Amino acid sequence: MPDIISKDGSINADNWTVVARPAPGDSLDLPEGPVLIPMDLWIAGQEHFSGRTDVGVWLESHDEPEALDGLVNELPVIAVNFPKFSDGRGYSIGRLLRERFGYQNELRAIGDVLLDQLQFMKRCGFDAYALREDKDASKAAACLNFFSNSYQAATDTDVPLFRRRAS
Amino acid sequence: MYVYDEHDRLILAERVAQFRDQTDRALAGELSEDEFLPLRLQNGLYVQRFAPMLRICVPYGMMRSGQLRRLARITRDYDKGYAHFTTRQNVQLNWPALEDVPDILAELAEVEMHANQTSGNCIRNTTTDQFSGVQVDEVVDPRPYCEIIRQWSTFHPEFAFLPRKFKIAVNASEHTDRAAIQVHDIGLQVVKNDAGDLGFRVHVGGGLGRTPMVGPVIREFLPEHDLLTYLEAVVRVYNRYGRRDNKYKARIKILVKALSPEGFAEKVEAEWAHLKGSPTKLTAEAIERVQAYFTEPAYETVADQSDALAKLRFENKAFDNWVGRNVDSHKKAGYAIVTLTMKATGTPPGDVSDRQLEQIADLADQFSFGEIRVTHQQNVVLADVRQDQLFELWQAIIPMGFATPNLNTLTDIICCPGGDYCALANAKSIPVAESIQRRFDNLDFLYDLGNIDLNISGCMNACGHHHVGNIGVLGVDKKGEEFYQVSLGGSSQHDATIGKILGPSFAQEDMPDVIEKIVDVYVKNRNDEEEFIDTYRRIGIDPFKERVYA
Repeated sequence: MPDIISKDGSINADNWTVVARPAPGDSLDLPEGPVLIPMDLWIAGQEHFSGRTDVGVWLESHDEPEALDGLVNELPVIAVNFPKFSDGRGYSIGRLLRERFGYQNELRAIGDVLLDQLQFMKRCGFDAYALREDKDASKAAACLNFFSNSYQAATDTDVPLFRRRAS
Repeated sequence: MYVYDEHDRLILAERVAQFRDQTDRALAGELSEDEFLPLRLQNGLYVQRFAPMLRICVPYGMMRSGQLRRLARITRDYDKGYAHFTTRQNVQLNWPALEDVPDILAELAEVEMHANQTSGNCIRNTTTDQFSGVQVDEVVDPRPYCEIIRQWSTFHPEFAFLPRKFKIAVNASEHTDRAAIQVHDIGLQVVKNDAGDLGFRVHVGGGLGRTPMVGPVIREFLPEHDLLTYLEAVVRVYNRYGRRDNKYKARIKILVKALSPEGFAEKVEAEWAHLKGSPTKLTAEAIERVQAYFTEPAYETVADQSDALAKLRFENKAFDNWVGRNVDSHKKAGYAIVTLTMKATGTPPGDVSDRQLEQIADLADQFSFGEIRVTHQQNVVLADVRQDQLFELWQAIIPMGFATPNLNTLTDIICCPGGDYCALANAKSIPVAESIQRRFDNLDFLYDLGNIDLNISGCMNACGHHHVGNIGVLGVDKKGEEFYQVSLGGSSQHDATIGKILGPSFAQEDMPDVIEKIVDVYVKNRNDEEEFIDTYRRIGIDPFKERVYA
């Protein structure tokens, strides 16, 4: 079973399966255990999936999180795919899910997740990271915590440094 | 200028430690070349034609004398004893060793300097007018806003991997635009509305490179306190919708064009509606705190020295030339703004030796309250010089090579490092600049020609800003041979214009002749005091074409 890293850097066993989008015409086959399915398929089957604690969604980096407005907290896990670590759209998606749509449950980074981007993911609301398998998970804690302060507000703090300086 | 507090120092120290760890992991093979690339770029580190190149950030161009001395020491200890002033008001080292870079960054951090976000697909150094705070016609000093933007954009977690690089410039002068804001991803013009409130006119989507564009206005008036929330909305829209499939279509200008400026503005307004009331909205206290670092230095009460200067200028033609060209008027009586030109013929534009860096530091201490500004024209400004010390200063800088009295003339050339140094370049640029400087070595003739911007880039990336030169020169590669394409009529002022291509390109050795013919057409056609750009706009490109290709 692969590992998942939490925002405190701890490494835990993980049993969620990311289900790929079925080919056109094929139906969605769900394996045993908790699953993450493409966002639009969950929305299409909402009456079926809503409230289930073993079915979450994943978003592609070009997906619009606006589609989940009002539904987010019916999901136990939302994952955002980083198809390439240099694709930064997922950071905006994370902030929107948390700050605009009020998502409270687990927000997971999947795909090309590397050590040096964890700090940004954490600040943008991600609290679980499926680190790429060839990377050394034991270094995640250090990489999550290089910085003890930051200038701007984000998901982790809504108080920018200029407001803390003033007080 | 801005001084770090304990928060700034802590964040920078943590950054230095982080990059040291990243470099160690890269050297140990734990990071692939591809994975290390954006990390080192966001620390200003390129791997260039002969060696890595380190681009050191000079926020909005300002430095203290102590910082210059540290730079001088670094160029001696880690490089070949010289540095290069860039067209983004930064400083580059051309020969550092990769494994030394963490130590260089540690040395820079001791004097509150760094290389953060000087490259990579993130928000770069915010630039502004080098005469900020001392010129007569500005709405308000723009530097505090630049510092506020610097802090907001530093390690912004949402915007570390944008589709492409992102540059912001701020201008506050009503009549000039030395920051060229309309050819930036975001250009902010400080304005006052009818009610007397401060704010910004916001241009988005200007830029040079392959698809040069003048940035359209997407908001006529943005209240001062809304600066950061609005910037966040603009950059978020870009981060989400900017193209990532083709690096040549990834700048925000392409998105603005695709959506139309109105369509883009609507998307930004919709996003901003959610953000404008957030805690990122600036407070009066926050702005005042930063403004307090940009107060006036301890000016002495001295009168304007008009008569004494007039006498000296009358007696000494060379001094007269220098004052006429390289000295500008100051808002404070008895003071003047001096530009030290780094454009002596025979030296690459913007290059300075370690010794010269120290000389500039000494001059700053002696004549200008210990501060200097780097300009995007690759010169250095002493912003607060007493008029009664101008003659002494001038005499001091002649042997240093900083007194070439050619500011804003044809030989005050903006020029990228070009094919001699840069891996991206198609053609050399420095030898072209030098051959033109040699051809136009007669000062009286240069002064008669007046203000002409001649800008040279060695490739489409346009680091030499050729599109907005009154005369622009672009190096192109044709089947392995270097040629030069000429454009006319560009401007980066308030009337920003992209130059028009004159016609087929030229061989390097023909360039001085070509420039001479262009200048000749101007001289024959100008009315009275008309500047080159105005004559060009009146008569159009055809007379130039006919003469050059005759």
